[in-house]
Amino acid sequence: MLRLPCPYCGERDEPEFRFAGEPAVRPGSDVGDAVWAAYLYMRSNEKGPHREVWSHAGGCGQFFLLERDTVSHAVLRALRPGEAS
Amino acid sequence: MRRLAAGGAIDRTRPLGFIWEGRKLSGFAGDTIASALLANGIGVIGRSFKYHRPRGVYGAWTEEPNAIVDVALGARHDPNARASLVPLEAGMVVGGVNAWPNVRRDALGLIDLFHRFIPAGFYYKTFKSPSWGAFETRIRAMAGLGVMRPEPDRLLYDTRHVETDVLVVGGGAAGVAAARAAASAGLGVMLADDRAAWGGVLQAEGGVIDGMEAAAWAAAAVGEMRGATLLGRTTVFGAYDHNAFGLLEQRRDAAGGWAEERVWLVRARQVVLAAGAIERPLVFPGNDRPGIMSAAAVLQYVRHYAVLPGREVVIATNNDTAYATAAALVAAGASVTVADARPEAPGRDGLRVRAGCVPVGTGGRHGVKWVDLALRDALSNRERVRCDLLAISGGWSPSVHLHSQAGGTLRWDDAAAAFLPGVAREGWHLAGAVTGPVGLGAALGQGHAAGVAAAAALGRVVHVAPPETPARAVEAPIGAMWFVDVADRRQWIDFQNDVTLGDVALAARENYASVEHLKRYTTLGMANDQGKTSNINGIAALAAMTGRAIGEVGTTTFRPPYVPVSLGALAGMRHGRLFAPIREVPAAADHLANGAVMREYGGWRRPAAYLRIGETVAAAIAREAASVRQGVGLFDGSSLGKIEVAGPDAAAFLNVMFYNEVANLKVGRLRYCLMLRETGVVFDDGVVARLAAERYLLSPSSSHTEGVLAMLRAWQQTEFPAMRVVFHDVTAAWATFAVSGPRAGVLVGRLSSDIDIGDGALPHMAVAEGVIEGLPGRIARVSFTGERGYEISVPARHGAAMWRHLLGLGEDVTLYGIEALSVLRAEKGFILIGTDTDGMTLPADLGITAPLRNKAVDFVGKRSLLTPDALRADRRQFVGVLPEDPGFVPAVGSHAMVDGRSVGWVTTSCHSPALGRSIGLGMIEGGRGRIGETMEIFHLGKTSRAVIGEACHFDRAGERLHG
Amino acid sequence: MRYSALSLVRQGLAGQTGWPQAWRSPSPRSVYDAVIVGGGGHGLATAYYLAKNHPRRRIAVLEKGWLGGGNTGRNTTIVRSNYFFPESAAIYDFALRLYEGLSQDLDYNIMLSQRGILMMGHSEHDMELMTRSVNAMLLNGIDVELLDAAQVRAEVPLLNFEPGARYEIHGGFTQRRGGIARHDAVAWGYARAASALGVDIIQGCEVTGFDIVDGRVAGVRTGLGRIAAGSVGLCAAGHSGVLAGMAGFTLPIQSYALQAMVSEPVKPVLDTVVMSAATGMYVSQSDKGELVFGAGLDLYPSYAQRGNLPVERDVIAGMLEMFPAFRRLKLLRAWAGLVDVCWDYSPIIGPAPVGGMYLNCGWGTGGFKAIPAGGWMLAHLLATGRHHPISAPFDLGRFTSGRLIDEAAGAGIAH
Repeated sequence: MLRLPCPYCGERDEPEFRFAGEPAVRPGSDVGDAVWAAYLYMRSNEKGPHREVWSHAGGCGQFFLLERDTVSHAVLRALRPGEAS
Repeated sequence: MRRLAAGGAIDRTRPLGFIWEGRKLSGFAGDTIASALLANGIGVIGRSFKYHRPRGVYGAWTEEPNAIVDVALGARHDPNARASLVPLEAGMVVGGVNAWPNVRRDALGLIDLFHRFIPAGFYYKTFKSPSWGAFETRIRAMAGLGVMRPEPDRLLYDTRHVETDVLVVGGGAAGVAAARAAASAGLGVMLADDRAAWGGVLQAEGGVIDGMEAAAWAAAAVGEMRGATLLGRTTVFGAYDHNAFGLLEQRRDAAGGWAEERVWLVRARQVVLAAGAIERPLVFPGNDRPGIMSAAAVLQYVRHYAVLPGREVVIATNNDTAYATAAALVAAGASVTVADARPEAPGRDGLRVRAGCVPVGTGGRHGVKWVDLALRDALSNRERVRCDLLAISGGWSPSVHLHSQAGGTLRWDDAAAAFLPGVAREGWHLAGAVTGPVGLGAALGQGHAAGVAAAAALGRVVHVAPPETPARAVEAPIGAMWFVDVADRRQWIDFQNDVTLGDVALAARENYASVEHLKRYTTLGMANDQGKTSNINGIAALAAMTGRAIGEVGTTTFRPPYVPVSLGALAGMRHGRLFAPIREVPAAADHLANGAVMREYGGWRRPAAYLRIGETVAAAIAREAASVRQGVGLFDGSSLGKIEVAGPDAAAFLNVMFYNEVANLKVGRLRYCLMLRETGVVFDDGVVARLAAERYLLSPSSSHTEGVLAMLRAWQQTEFPAMRVVFHDVTAAWATFAVSGPRAGVLVGRLSSDIDIGDGALPHMAVAEGVIEGLPGRIARVSFTGERGYEISVPARHGAAMWRHLLGLGEDVTLYGIEALSVLRAEKGFILIGTDTDGMTLPADLGITAPLRNKAVDFVGKRSLLTPDALRADRRQFVGVLPEDPGFVPAVGSHAMVDGRSVGWVTTSCHSPALGRSIGLGMIEGGRGRIGETMEIFHLGKTSRAVIGEACHFDRAGERLHG
Repeated sequence: MRYSALSLVRQGLAGQTGWPQAWRSPSPRSVYDAVIVGGGGHGLATAYYLAKNHPRRRIAVLEKGWLGGGNTGRNTTIVRSNYFFPESAAIYDFALRLYEGLSQDLDYNIMLSQRGILMMGHSEHDMELMTRSVNAMLLNGIDVELLDAAQVRAEVPLLNFEPGARYEIHGGFTQRRGGIARHDAVAWGYARAASALGVDIIQGCEVTGFDIVDGRVAGVRTGLGRIAAGSVGLCAAGHSGVLAGMAGFTLPIQSYALQAMVSEPVKPVLDTVVMSAATGMYVSQSDKGELVFGAGLDLYPSYAQRGNLPVERDVIAGMLEMFPAFRRLKLLRAWAGLVDVCWDYSPIIGPAPVGGMYLNCGWGTGGFKAIPAGGWMLAHLLATGRHHPISAPFDLGRFTSGRLIDEAAGAGIAH
């Protein structure tokens, strides 16, 4: 059971959080099919340090960036959106 | 009787009667089932899983592989209890398992005669023809252990969630020393031990600490700890990510306890693992008979339970710890011979010690009667020694399970003949026998140091001195012996699953040489004891057979739980209504009073239909639907989602979120909108109201409200953080009632309200806020039935009163439920999300294409509507389905067929009271181009015919909205 | 040596000492016609069918750990082909048909136990969606039956039919040919048969990179050295993304942990596999007597094959809601598999963006049941460079065209 640091509320247990995907830059709607498909479906799926978006859905409802090791599950850092990364 | 006259921790003033296999026996308070059976001289307690060999008690605690019993007491029934772990209670009915007619005379014991033909994995090599199924039923019946009862278990289970500064696992000498130190530093300490009394092996082994008798010291030290959470009878069964732990507490004898068991979910800042070690058996021919027991267990039975399991005892060992057992047996009056596998065995007063001697065979059908001993370097030269108890010790395996589960490393240590913990996880401190062979002094020292280290990590200082114990003689090193190298390979490694040395040799020969292959091929370590006694012996044997070092072979992965945990305890209170609570509407009690049949829809309990006396549900649905079209109906729509969206950028933001244009919506107006996923799929539909320039009210589907809110939040925060807009789910704040039908306006007109409901002020798709019957409220002109409709919203706490008030306004109001509403909307061809749509439906499939053509701004999902697949001409499209036989209602889920191939399906069907015939809706490939065509409709092998038509079956011009 | 009751008796008389190795453990050669990365069920099946259906090739399977040690050895052993879309039905039923003859084909008892799969419906809406699925399956040629509540009760009397049950049982549907198989035996049976056909199975051989020349794979770099390869098949399930990264492309795959558990063994209480969409749980009873059960994924990316207590508790609570009589049974073991999930929960089979490299991944939670088909299809690709007709719809290109094969969506779930 993960212990995650919400940048707004502090450390809380896993059931309060929702994983919300890998951070992605949304292309405009004028891009080609392949670019759009890459945005929708392709995943870095890193083994090791991994950049993720989570929301503290069962708490403050805020979304934040998390760097987490997908093997050890160690939390490397948590950032509010817009914080230097 | 084998009960000693004095001593032990049993309460001789409290005899407890119980039944064993139909016989009345008696034990004492403080006994386990195993100790009580031993005290009564019961030798055969179970049968092994595969060969059905007679088995007795081997161990005294969690390591027990043999003594699986069926225990019933009142409402409690355990089909696979381990006799060594269950405290005896008066009236318990205990029996053996997996034997017929009983464990002493088990007919299936014949299997053992054929053992040579059914080695490990034999079933992979046979039973292939004609098929496994031809053999399986009989083999299945033979497998399994206990018999589960079909009645639901009614016991109660509790759950606690806690955080602690320091979790100390194990209440033996090291654990108590650690907890005592940490507690003195002012830290919150949680100390858990699976025994009821503190001190662990001190209970049986004794000793002196700080001048006190050791067990008394432990009890006193625990008693003096301030603010500690003391969990006796509690097993830490699993270590999980980020120092989360699962603990199982036995609560039967807890004061004021209502729960049978409690699971603690603990998050610890620091962890002290003082889980001790488990004694391994020696591996030699015939080492599995009843009466062959762990030497450490024998010590516990003698000292703790005052049971003398045998009088003529042979102890076979390869290390010093068994000598404490020998001393205790001698003191209890037994005659003891020690066979020590080490050539340099230490001499002891009053003992016959045979140095360099190992057991090479045993005899005795229902209990060991003799053992053959031989010098290890002259194995053929045997000497038969009579005995009624053979106590064996093959060394100790540290209980590294939790350390390993948490990701700690292990290393093989030849001197200790054990896998020892290597690098511990951050915040973990290991102490006592879990670190390898230690004496009492070292265990106390390590425990204290662990407490100091845990305190230091949390910035605290320990205020007690380390406990002192008189120095003892240094133990001689273990002389590793993994098996006896004789031709007879029926040397048991895993007792319960009947895995022998021969099986390991077979696995090695066939190249199942990975330790994981060994485990899976032979089932080594997969029984109830999860290999606590067998894994290391198995690994060592495999290493020898494959010419590798033990460390090179390595261990299998240690997995939770450390001991089997009842499923009920893990679920806790989460069952029945508490498993997934159902939401209730404010007027729920009134609905029941009004005759409603309540059903769950998307997490809400709602009226399906209102039955009159003697009426069927189907008749009620038809009556309600017809009445709405003729007069006026009242519907409780309180579960419909309500999300307020406000802020200067609310319009711009929602315009991105919705497929339809919402920025140009006038204040006081409503618009029906779709919300798409970024993949273009229709996620939800609903009416969007603009209550003010910067304030919208969304009405997502009842079951999608949370999803819509989550989507709004996600997009605002991750894509449009600069937009000033906030969201508030007000679903539970409002009760909403729909009044629908030609006379709806008359009914609503009778409400006392400052809202002008005239068609000029409040036309269809308009909304107004005001005061209704003295309550702040809202009236919207909207319809899901196709009739003139009003939605009246008042604060939820007044919902029930408003419902009654609407019923009392003098009109002949028909109450209608979801099912009638579904008929009415089907007549109109209105979609129901999740019924008519699915995870593939795009807006164009529903015929809603204008926004994609006309909307200027990009919106969620737009680009996905332009992929090759989205633009296919043969996509399934939403259409009406009119059965050729107007009396036949095709099943929802019937498929439309062309040339035997499915081209879509019926999504909605019903009898239409308004049309007097059956109607349907469906998603059909190229459906809009097939309007007027007749198609075959397939359902469970039968076919019917239907005509494809417009989805709207009734009042296509929509005149009734204004009627 | 052929496996049979007779050979067991003969060997029994000889002390079981005459059995040969089930598979060889050779050192890798420097060059192979085809190298298959991943020694789980799919990789071993690929090797076997490549050697059997397309002979005269030098074939190696590279496994970084021990063969069968990935999801093949960690799943809940369910086999079935009750799928909604014709494309899915075609591939999973192809697999099931191969499973039905596999013990004889491999001369290794994989203990295929066709005790049926029962999916429960808990509302009229569930039953409508189930009807749609059942009709689709019948039209796809799959043997399924729609059951009403009484029929479900007759099949599985232990289910929770008490008044007040959180999830009423309205009915269900069953595929009688579905069931369970012994997961390890599938891996071992393929390994033994492949090895006998000359395939080199190299355990403890981790792939560290690929040699790619002019956009075409030329070899595989491993912990045991460089191995030249004419073509390469990737069968690495949850680690597919890691291999793709080495080869310079990305996949529409996210790896998640999937929890699985077993109870202590009891005498037979459950004759069929039971699944419930409401709680997400599935449970069967193994031939050893253990209940084997699991449910949905841990909903965040993970390469850790560890149990996760909150998810386990959810799964268990869900199962007990269906089977209140199981509450007193004990959890014996819990573990996690590492599943490779595509957006549409369907696999990716087909050419990779690198020439000579072929994919068999993205099976998510459904990999075990598909092993024979996954192997057959990838073998076809490795041998011919072209899709088998059954695998064509599962090409990576479907993500660009948008033509997904979304079984969850087909079951009515909008996601």
